[in-house]
Amino acid sequence: MSKPAAINFSNVSRHFGDLRAVDNISMEVHDGEFFSMLGPSGSGKTTSLRLIAGFDRPDSGKIQVYGEDVSDLPPYERPVNTVFQDYALFPHMTVSENIAYGLMIRRVSKAERAKRANEMLELVRLPGLGDRKPSQLSGGQRQRVALARALINQPKVLLLDEPLGALDLKLRQQMQIELKNIQQTIGITFIFVTHDQEEALTMSDRIAVFNHGRIEQIGTPAELYEHPISAFVAGFVGVSNFVGDEVARTIMGRPETGIPEMFTIRPEKIHIAEVDAKVDSDMYSAEGRIREVVYLGIYTRYIVALELGGELTVVEQNLNTTSMDALATRGKSVRLLWKREHIQSIKSNR
Amino acid sequence: MATHSTDSSSSKIRQLSTYLYRRPKLVLGLLLGPPMFYMVVVYLGSLLSLLVNSFYYLDDFSGKVIHSFTLQTYAQLFTESNLRIFSRTLIMALCVTIADALIAFPLGYYMAKFASPRMKSFLYLAVLVPLWSSYLVRVYAWRLILAKEGILGWVISRIGLQPVLDWVLSNPDIGGPSIGLSVLGMFITFVYIWLPYMILPIQTALERVPKSLEEASSDLGAKPLQTFRSVILPLAFPGVIAGSIFTFSLTLGDYIVPQVLGNSKVVIGAAVYSHQGTAGNIPLAAAFTMGPIFIMLIYLLIARKMGAFDAL
Repeated sequence: MSKPAAINFSNVSRHFGDLRAVDNISMEVHDGEFFSMLGPSGSGKTTSLRLIAGFDRPDSGKIQVYGEDVSDLPPYERPVNTVFQDYALFPHMTVSENIAYGLMIRRVSKAERAKRANEMLELVRLPGLGDRKPSQLSGGQRQRVALARALINQPKVLLLDEPLGALDLKLRQQMQIELKNIQQTIGITFIFVTHDQEEALTMSDRIAVFNHGRIEQIGTPAELYEHPISAFVAGFVGVSNFVGDEVARTIMGRPETGIPEMFTIRPEKIHIAEVDAKVDSDMYSAEGRIREVVYLGIYTRYIVALELGGELTVVEQNLNTTSMDALATRGKSVRLLWKREHIQSIKSNR
Repeated sequence: MATHSTDSSSSKIRQLSTYLYRRPKLVLGLLLGPPMFYMVVVYLGSLLSLLVNSFYYLDDFSGKVIHSFTLQTYAQLFTESNLRIFSRTLIMALCVTIADALIAFPLGYYMAKFASPRMKSFLYLAVLVPLWSSYLVRVYAWRLILAKEGILGWVISRIGLQPVLDWVLSNPDIGGPSIGLSVLGMFITFVYIWLPYMILPIQTALERVPKSLEEASSDLGAKPLQTFRSVILPLAFPGVIAGSIFTFSLTLGDYIVPQVLGNSKVVIGAAVYSHQGTAGNIPLAAAFTMGPIFIMLIYLLIARKMGAFDAL
C-alpha cells in the first residue's frame, strides 16, 4: 500500500455565525510536497490551517494526518507544528530557549537541548545568536527562529501562516528560496498559507486557490496559470485579460448560442503586429489602437483599445526595443495575434 | 464699537499665544509649577519633617520632645515588643498579598482571555464599584458580617462547623473572641479591601500576552498547565508584582482595620497612631513610620528589577 496522504480533509466545514469560513472543503495534501493555500483575506485559508493545527475545530467533517483522525485532538497531541504570522516567539526566553521549547516540554536533557538548538541555528543560518532575546533580532532573524522552533520537534507536517508577510521584498524573495531549500533538505510536508500569488507560484509543488470558504482549483503552478478553470483563478493567479460575450464570439467566429461565452488570455501570449499582418489558421486576431504605453524596463505594457470594444493588456519584452521606440507607438493602429491554444474558456462567474 | 472691542481682545489673545508659543520653557514652568510646588513642599516636605522628628526624642521625665539629634528613638524600635509589631505587620501584609494574588489571578485571567466585551465591562464595574464607597463603610460592613451574631457566624453554626471555628479562634496567633475580633478577621477584611488593586494590574498584564503565544506553546506540545507555567505566568508576573506593591504597602500602613476588627495585637499603623496621639511621642511615631517607608523602598527596587512598572 502506498503511504497515506499527509493531510486529508473530508467535507470539512467551519462556520462563525453566518460566515462560512470553511465551507465543505475536501482536499488531499501529498506526502513530502510543498503545498500552498492561496486566496484573498477571508477566503478560509488561515482557518483551514488552524483546523489542521488544532487551534480551531471543524463543525463537521473529518481531518486526517497521515491516516490518523485528528479532528478531536488538542494541538499538543498533533504531529504538526506551526510557524506563526507574528512569529509568536516567547519574549522572556532567549533564542535557544525558544528553539528548544518543544524539547523542554518533552523533558529532553539540558545538554541534548543545547546541542539540538545549535544544530537548528545552523540549519536556519543563525549560528551564535542563541543567547540573544527575540527583541534583539531583526524581523528576518525572528522568522528563522520561529522556523527552527517549529522544526526541532520533527513534525510530520509543517504549517506556515503567511510567515513572510512582514518582511520587505528583497528579504522575502531570499527567504522564499531558503524555505524551499530547507523543505527539500529535510523532506517533510510543508503547508504554506499566503495571499501572494507570486510567492505561491515560486515555491509550491501544488496550490489550492481559496475563495469564499471553498477551493476554486487545486493544481501545480503551471496548471493554475495555463488552465485556470474560473475567472477568479485566472484573475488571482497572474494577470489576465477577460474577453466576454459579443467580442469573444466574434473573435472566435462562433454563432450566437444564448450561452454566455468568455475566455481569458495572458498578456504575454499576445503579439503586436502590423494591421495588415497575415493571420495563420491556428491564430486568433483582433484589430485595435494602442491607447497607453507603460515602459517598465524589462518589458513594456501596452493597453490596446479593440475596435470590437473593450481593451486588452499586452506585455512585450524589450529585447530590441528602446523606451523611445516603445513610447512612439502610442496611438498606432495594430493587429493583435495570439495562438488559439493559449485562450482558456471559463465559466463566467465573476 | 462692539465689533471693534472683540477684534482688539482677540488680537490680544493672539499676541499672548504667539508670546507663549515662542517660549516653550515658560509654558513648561507654568504647567509644572503648581504640581512641583505641591510635590516638593507639601509632600516631600512632610516626609522630611517626619525624618527630622524621628531623630528627636521624648524626655520620659518631663514628657517633652527634646529637639536635639539622637539615635535613641530608633533604638527603641528594636525592643522585643516593637520588633514583634513589625514582624506581625509584615507577615499580615505578606499573607494578604499572597491571598489577593491567588484570588485575583483566575479572575484577571478570565477577564483578559475569555469574557465577552459585555461581561468584561460588567466585571470591571463589579471590581471598581466598591472603591466608590467609603472605605470606612466597607470596613464596618465587614465588622457586621464577621461579628459573633453576624451572618458568617450564623452560616457556620448552621452547617455544623462551629467546633472548627472555635478551634481556629482558640489559636492565640490568629484567633480571638470572635472572627470579628481576631487576626483572622483582619486578614479577611484586608484581602477584600485591597483586592481591586491586585485584579486590575494582573488583568492588564494578561491582556498583553498575545493569544498566539499560548497557541505556539500548545502547538509545540505543552499541555495547558505547562503553557500556564512556562509562558503565561512568567509574562504576567510583573502584573502580580505591580499589584502586590499596592496590597503590601496599603496593609503595611493601615490602622483602621486593626482598630475596628482586630484584637489587642498591635500593628505598625496602630502603633504610630497611638504614639503620636495619646502618648504624645511624636519622635517614636516618626521612627515607626520610617520602618514601612524603608521596607517599601527596598520592595520597590526589587519590583522595578522584575519589570513591575511596565505593567502599571
